[in-house]
Amino acid sequence: MTHIGSHDGLPATGNSVIATSKEGLEATGVTITTAGAAQPGPAGPSQDRSPANGWSPAGVLDKGWARLFLGLLIPAALIAAWQWSTSAGIFSVVQLPPPAMVFEAAADLIQRGELATHIAISTQRVLIGFAFGAALGLTFGALVGLSRWADVLLAPLIGALRAVPSLAWVPLLILWMKIGEDSKVTLILIGAFFPVFTTVSLALRHVDRNLVEAGRAFGLKGLKLLTTVQLPAVVPSVFSGLRLALAQAWLFLVAAELIASSMGLGFLLTDSQNNGRTDRLLLAIVLLAVIGKITDALLGVAEKWAVKRWA
Amino acid sequence: MTVVIPSVRPTAPSSPDSSSSVDAAHHASALPVSFRALRRTFGNGNAAHTVLRDISFDVRRGEVLAILGPSGCGKSTLLRAAAGLDAPSAGSVDIDGTPVQGIDSRCAFAFQEPRLLPWHTLQANVAIGLPKGTSVKQGKSKVGRLLELVGLDKFAKHRPREVSGGMAQRASLARALARNPGVLLLDEPFGALDALTRIKMQDLLLDVHAAEPTTVLLVTHDVDEALQLADRIIVLGKEASAGQETEHDGATIVRTVDVPGDRPRNRGSVELARMRSSLLASLGVDGH
Repeated sequence: MTHIGSHDGLPATGNSVIATSKEGLEATGVTITTAGAAQPGPAGPSQDRSPANGWSPAGVLDKGWARLFLGLLIPAALIAAWQWSTSAGIFSVVQLPPPAMVFEAAADLIQRGELATHIAISTQRVLIGFAFGAALGLTFGALVGLSRWADVLLAPLIGALRAVPSLAWVPLLILWMKIGEDSKVTLILIGAFFPVFTTVSLALRHVDRNLVEAGRAFGLKGLKLLTTVQLPAVVPSVFSGLRLALAQAWLFLVAAELIASSMGLGFLLTDSQNNGRTDRLLLAIVLLAVIGKITDALLGVAEKWAVKRWA
Repeated sequence: MTVVIPSVRPTAPSSPDSSSSVDAAHHASALPVSFRALRRTFGNGNAAHTVLRDISFDVRRGEVLAILGPSGCGKSTLLRAAAGLDAPSAGSVDIDGTPVQGIDSRCAFAFQEPRLLPWHTLQANVAIGLPKGTSVKQGKSKVGRLLELVGLDKFAKHRPREVSGGMAQRASLARALARNPGVLLLDEPFGALDALTRIKMQDLLLDVHAAEPTTVLLVTHDVDEALQLADRIIVLGKEASAGQETEHDGATIVRTVDVPGDRPRNRGSVELARMRSSLLASLGVDGH
């Protein structure tokens, strides 16, 4: 039992703690049994399955730098294939410009100061829309997840609205809010709302009944019960909902900017298409991929922390 | 049954000063409990089935009363009615003369599982039991004293999943005590523990009861536990009533037993062994 977990770089968890607690207990005159001692059966096979040490190929996958490197392998291979296919003349420059041209397009836009503006305005739209959408999703998710009345009254409507494709909202939003920031941010808000709403309402409905009952038995009710027991219990699910919502926000951003805008990465896409600038078009796609991945990774770090803290 | 084996107690008999650190002056006094013609039926119409019927008994101030019965006979339902976690279909539970309506702050409940919040330390979990309006300073010192009482002072900052099941269960007991309960309700609190830990927990409970004057209702299916801890044992079961079909009737009190002797009791005494066989027979088990 003791060598499980020693092969990877994880911080000391169960084993060491149980060891210290045993010592402490003996000091207080009380004996405990560890899980391993109580259930010798299940412990056996799991021991056999675990890799013996860091030499095994799977052990490498637990190291951060190795994962980063391995994750970049296939994108690098794709860029190489891209370079090769363009220099071999398989595609015309209009169809698929070589990587160097995309790089030059980026340098050109940076020099003119346009690229920073596109990225900044798009990121701003995503963050504002995401923040409001997530807050509303959390509120309505909590309402529907906790109150059977709210569930019966609201869930069918929200479920139906969810089925409306993102682009269908665009004409209405433009009609109501004109072609400004409001309409775009609202569209992103709609996109971010649903994943948070769904995960939060479902998770709240499945909070361990025993824990909730224990909370009630000790006099907790209403908002106090929500903040003491129910919300902390769903924190990990909330974070997975937020990650989905952020991805959705980037999707809806492009939908918003494709239709009517004069700035942003979605605008860069349509503008480049109209001008036949495939290099810039590819640049916009690469940027959307990279920025989307970075924001997701940042939220992923927060999620990891939250799961460790609250689960 | 003729050979009496000298009992081997795992710990020395509890000394009175082992728990003197807990200041008894701050605690609510023990309260009497009365069950009045309690009945609990689940479901409606044809699907209705009665779990408990005609439950009437009194628990004296400071008494330890064990409720014994086969599984599924409604022991927990009875306890939940006293806590206000469940409402009886008929009859009532009175604590100190006033009926229980909704969650009752005079009671504290310890469940079969520890039911601690996994994201809090043991300290913070115990603090959840503190009565409303406890000042931060008072609460802190009280939690500290209780953790010491249950032998967890060194683990105050640990999370529930970092300690053993027995330790978590002791934290759960401390959380219940933090409430200054007039009535302590224990729903098979040691049922999920291994035999050795269970014996130590029973001794701990006796220490706690000596330190904190409170009425204790203990639900258990363990006859030995009941004999070791209780002043009185009531046995729940189905009783044939006037030749009627008893299958759909609820359980009621079939027997009340006074347990003689001061605690802690000798686990190997002949008298207790005789009572054990007799109680097992009441539960429908051959007493060997």
